[in-house]
Amino acid sequence: MYRYDEFDRKLVTERAEQFGRQVEHRLSGKLSEEQFRPLRLMNGLYLQLHAYMLRINVPYGVLSSTQMRKLADIGRKYDKGYGHLTTRQNMQFNWIKLEETPDLLRELASVEMHGIQSSGNCIRNTTADEHAGVAADEVEDPRVYCEIIRQWSTLHPEFSFLPRKFKIAVTGSPHDRAAVKVHDIGLILDRDSSGHPIFEVIVGGGLGRTPFIGKTIREELPPSELLAYLEAILRVYNRFGRRDNKYKARIKVLVHETGAEEFRRLVDEEYANLKGGSLDVPQDEIDRIDAYFAPPDYAELPDECAALDAKMGENADFAEWVDQNVACHKQPGYAIANISVKMPGHAPGDLSSDQMDALADLADRFSFGEMRVTHRQNIVFTDVRKDELYGLWQDLVKLELAAANLNLIGDVICCPGLDYCALANARSIPVAEDITKRFADLKRQKEIGPLELNMSGCINACGHHHVGNIGILGVDKKGEELYQLTLGGCSHEDASLGVRTGPGFTVDDIGPAIETVLDTYVELREHGEEFIDTYRRVGMDPFKEKLYAAR
Amino acid sequence: MPLVKDGKLAEDGWQKVDPEATSMPSGDRLLVTLDQWTEHKVELCKRGGAFGVRLSPDHGPEEIADDLVHFDLVALEFPAFTDGRAYSHARLLRERYGFEGEIRAVGDVALEQLLFMHRSGFDAFEIASDSAVEDWETAFADIDVFYQPTADGRETALQARRRS
Amino acid sequence: MPQVIIANRLTDGRVVFLADGDAWASSVNDARVEEPGAGADELLSIAQRLEAQQQVVGAELIDVSVDGGEILPTKPREAIRATGPTNRPDLGKQAGNE
Repeated sequence: MYRYDEFDRKLVTERAEQFGRQVEHRLSGKLSEEQFRPLRLMNGLYLQLHAYMLRINVPYGVLSSTQMRKLADIGRKYDKGYGHLTTRQNMQFNWIKLEETPDLLRELASVEMHGIQSSGNCIRNTTADEHAGVAADEVEDPRVYCEIIRQWSTLHPEFSFLPRKFKIAVTGSPHDRAAVKVHDIGLILDRDSSGHPIFEVIVGGGLGRTPFIGKTIREELPPSELLAYLEAILRVYNRFGRRDNKYKARIKVLVHETGAEEFRRLVDEEYANLKGGSLDVPQDEIDRIDAYFAPPDYAELPDECAALDAKMGENADFAEWVDQNVACHKQPGYAIANISVKMPGHAPGDLSSDQMDALADLADRFSFGEMRVTHRQNIVFTDVRKDELYGLWQDLVKLELAAANLNLIGDVICCPGLDYCALANARSIPVAEDITKRFADLKRQKEIGPLELNMSGCINACGHHHVGNIGILGVDKKGEELYQLTLGGCSHEDASLGVRTGPGFTVDDIGPAIETVLDTYVELREHGEEFIDTYRRVGMDPFKEKLYAAR
Repeated sequence: MPLVKDGKLAEDGWQKVDPEATSMPSGDRLLVTLDQWTEHKVELCKRGGAFGVRLSPDHGPEEIADDLVHFDLVALEFPAFTDGRAYSHARLLRERYGFEGEIRAVGDVALEQLLFMHRSGFDAFEIASDSAVEDWETAFADIDVFYQPTADGRETALQARRRS
Repeated sequence: MPQVIIANRLTDGRVVFLADGDAWASSVNDARVEEPGAGADELLSIAQRLEAQQQVVGAELIDVSVDGGEILPTKPREAIRATGPTNRPDLGKQAGNE
């Protein structure tokens, strides 16, 4: 993974000191809350329902065991012994004290971490395919470009007061695990006909109040021109994005209101002035950063692994975990181990400090000291020897991190909701816990098959409910929590936005409603169709009928 | 309102014409609004001398590009410090149109945004608050690693890496 | 409906309620309750003065119901702020550690 050099280190250290000064000025009254708020947000510090919340960046989801250990420490020292993985591959702590944050940031800086721009109207953490660099289906590893984007976007003087937040996601695989089509900018890395890496640039995707699937405005962009093109897009957005209405200020609204063709023209016009200039990314810089992402010291192994097969034959639970959670690796003899942070009856994506420490140790032993955070709020060990999967799994079982539910209904995305978040209208975690308890039986989950269930506690859609195969949106109806159900969303290369079933459900009825939806699906499915396939074939009506039959 | 230029308090040698004024006062170094410039351009150019124009963020530098030769000062407004359009406008003035005169930040201009403004091409700042000048001096010095090239002449991390 | 003032303490973000005098209490049951009108206005005025002194952030009046010694915010959001996350009864004011 990328390692800070003296310049990167200096920046985060200076930033921590700057924030220390700003906190001092806030506490003394030299800065009002109105003046201070954007400053703390640009360091990732929110004021939530119970306390301050700090969002720490995990750049494009890549985390070292050293960093995970520090996060465990921070959880103990500055919080209540746990943290939360987010849908942008970051980690959040919910019980932070403002007066302790400068020390916290200094500690983070010591392990090359920070909360810079994890909030605010600026460019946020650039996220990526959690299997970058190792996926069997990957065309090009996007991590080098994610690091280039990260540096370019950090403390960008022109783009720190955008109309609204800005999120970029990158994939290098035809199967999009990074939800690029619902980001402000989505980048698909591929190869042109001569085998050179090129980007497809998609803009104006997004969720929230007005969800949109992004539009391609550039089919083939050479990597050397990436920053010039991004700068052009951001400049057009900064200048012309709406500033009159907070709910219409994202780039998706600008693209929609301007029209994709005209928007493309505006970008190209600006880009024509930037191309070939100081933003050109020289090949030697790409190579320098790429060297950090060189494959680890893999052992020469055959792809067939008799030891693994034997263990799977002996232990049914282990076999289930391998079948469901382990994915194919580029390198013979290796595997990608997806670690589900979704225990029935637990808040999805929450890890205790003890679990964090244990994961750090396991990563050192089994995966070259690195791991990934996924936007589905799970962890990945990207480079596990097939003959060591059993040893890893045994340890995961002890940590309650061995749920074999990857991509099944138990693998929900869920935002913190009204239990934590000042923006929320309804609680989301208890609903997720109820649903995961109902479907705790793995056999039943597997019968249902692959299914992405995403839950948000408000329209801001941090839980990505619009692109869940099943989406749940918590709303407040006259002081009561109500849950709207959507079906048919998808966050992958065939992205689609979910459609509302109809009137919402109470907190007691939403669980049974999910059961009804799934029973209907199982009844209607053909030839082993997944939920999303059946929905796309039969439409909303059969589900609507069953859901509202009693009303 | 105090003016900071080149890192220290400076005298403002400019005459700010009342935005409502329909006729132009006599004297040199008039700072006029875009509307006033459009209205009185011929008269003012005939008069000769140095002029300054004040732009709201709704108006980009394209609108004065042809007249830049007449301006020693362009003042760019921040109606609220959260309105970041003027950062782009300042960069365009410097980097696209080669403007070498004073680019002044006016309006809701706070110490905490000073470095970003300076990096974007602003070289003068009309301070909204009455924070001490030494605060303004330190605000430039908070961070001195820069990833992005602008026209401010600061060495980027990439350049520094190559040098070392 | 009777009202109290809720806010977050500036230094640590913890939820506090305006009590008697210029003091802030951790428990909503210790909050000073007033009826809408002159009483609540006075609460808000005190709270705003203390907010300007960097004690708290976001002070606002909220509706409560009073039942004996128990004061309960009427809105779920504020009820959760007064107790803690509903999925973690071991955390927050409800667990006695805030």
